Amino acid sequence: MTESKSGAEDGAKGGTKIKIENLYKIFGAQPRVALARVKRGVSKRDLIEQHGHVLGLKDINVEVAAHSVTVVMGLSGSGKSTLIRHINRLIEPTAGRIMVDDRDVLAMAREELIEFRRHQASMVFQRFGLHVHKTAAENVAYGLVIQGMPVDQAKAQSHHWVERVGLSGFEDHYPSQLSGGMQQRVGLARALATDAQILLMDEAFSALDPLIRSDMQGALLELQAELHKTIVFITHDLDEALRMGDSIVILRDGAVIQQGNPQEIILHPADDYIFDFVKDINRARVIEVKSVMTPGRPAGGAAVTVRDNLVLEEALQRVAGAGAADVVDADGAVLGSIHLEQIIAGIARPGVKGGGEIRYK
Amino acid sequence: MSLFTEFPAMGRQDLRDFKKAIDAGFRDFSRQFGESLEEFFSPLLQFLVWLEKLLISTPWPVIILLVAALAWFGSRSVKIAVGSVLSFLAIGYFGMWKDTMSTLAIISVATLLCIALGIPLGVLMARSDRVQAVVTPVLDVMQTIPAFVYLIPVVMLLGIGKVPGLIAVCIYAMPPIVRLTNLGIRLVEKEALEAADAFGANYKQRLFGVQIPLALPNIFAGVNQTIMMALSMVVIASMIGVAGLGVPVLRSISNQYLALGLMNGLAIVALAIIFDRVSQKYGERLQSHRRGTQHD
Repeated sequence: MTESKSGAEDGAKGGTKIKIENLYKIFGAQPRVALARVKRGVSKRDLIEQHGHVLGLKDINVEVAAHSVTVVMGLSGSGKSTLIRHINRLIEPTAGRIMVDDRDVLAMAREELIEFRRHQASMVFQRFGLHVHKTAAENVAYGLVIQGMPVDQAKAQSHHWVERVGLSGFEDHYPSQLSGGMQQRVGLARALATDAQILLMDEAFSALDPLIRSDMQGALLELQAELHKTIVFITHDLDEALRMGDSIVILRDGAVIQQGNPQEIILHPADDYIFDFVKDINRARVIEVKSVMTPGRPAGGAAVTVRDNLVLEEALQRVAGAGAADVVDADGAVLGSIHLEQIIAGIARPGVKGGGEIRYK
Repeated sequence: MSLFTEFPAMGRQDLRDFKKAIDAGFRDFSRQFGESLEEFFSPLLQFLVWLEKLLISTPWPVIILLVAALAWFGSRSVKIAVGSVLSFLAIGYFGMWKDTMSTLAIISVATLLCIALGIPLGVLMARSDRVQAVVTPVLDVMQTIPAFVYLIPVVMLLGIGKVPGLIAVCIYAMPPIVRLTNLGIRLVEKEALEAADAFGANYKQRLFGVQIPLALPNIFAGVNQTIMMALSMVVIASMIGVAGLGVPVLRSISNQYLALGLMNGLAIVALAIIFDRVSQKYGERLQSHRRGTQHD
């Protein structure tokens, strides 16, 4: 959990890259009519049962910061895969806007959209979406070939991505000859090879075994520390969301119910639904010192210092002897203090300590 | 009571007039357009005649070598290559060489024609449910209507000869390639297409880069079926003047020549088996990517 998340420390983060505004998606024969109903307050359930339309997304407003990983989390059926497919318009919206660098993706003409997909946003799929009749190297080169590059040149130009994702020696294997993890490496390399700034990852690691998934997460974080892409990462797995996300958006029934950084979501879950999600995670490995410290004043006489972004599990080892420590930032400036009790309270599972303060209604 | 025992049919006179009107209408149509249609088909006729002459005039050892080479490169199987060569030697030995060459010519041209028309039609069907809804019943008719029934208008329009024979063969043999092209494209994995879309593939790149390559095994099964069905039309085609193995079969039916009929019939079977095995093996090899260790 201690990998540096993209740009969190080097300040490479820019402004907003993708801005989703008032996005609605309704599946059915007459989405416009159903949209009016939804805006009048008809619930998702009533819309299905009484009007035969499925509410896919409801009034989504999300900002994705440039050069960071934004995780969209939710259970199946929450609309997360529908949402990510709106960003490159694999699914047409019912209403709303998606601004990417001040251009509305949803207003693009066919040709503009194709250019956008070729050069600005690439995608990694849950079930890989590889072309089984092409070799690994041909799959990786696919985006460049689609841009009009001759196959040989595209393969040469994309070859370093084959190496970067650890596929050297497998260039001429067909997807059916590769394991799931290897196939997704092909999928990832294919997405990186177009040099698109935006990377859309639709449950990219969900189909993989836990160990391989963890490997891939690490590999992606390593790449991201260097490439600073704008990544939208879909997952149903909270641990994955906490590990990957600079910020997290939680969806339920097609609506956003909370968005914020991982610390905020764990310490202040917006409702019972999210509380249920976060209550079982290992808080010691996620919560950072700065989230539980007493800001402002030094501990007074404490010889120990800890970094503000240290997770509690590690802070605990250092603070255990002294009982308290000063919290410092990357430059060594003192931000506040932390006491052993604060760390322990932060680690304790909510509900267990009998406190009702985290329960939200 | 007669209403229930006898069907209230159209009057005899009316029925006669009705049929006459259709006949007269079609006769006028064929008088008016017959010649221009013939002209339209003349390049096809020339190609067919050219191919037939070429096959007949080529020395037989060259043809045998060619058969061996095609069978080998198609199937990569010694057994199939040797079997093909032996079959052709037997055909020649029993005096059916020339007829076999004629049959090969018309089958090849018919198959090429069916592929050239059938694959694009199948692609259109796969693209649009409406086209599929219109074309499917037409294909059903083409496959089930007795060949003799459509021979009548074809002969009225174009007379007796190779081109009407070719058309008759194609009407019967084209449906499988159309159906299987349509099916193959519709069965292409959704994920593979979604990936193509996500990377900005246009319609052409989608079709030729993803859909057709992935549908190829099915398309190839269609080609195989088309060849088989074309071969099964050889005898009927010979009724309207197409030279080949069908002619002696027809002669032996009317004269009760058992041996002649059997020999030529078996020659058709031999051609069918050779085409089938070679094209199937070739089709399998097209799917080399499906081999190898399967992972989930």
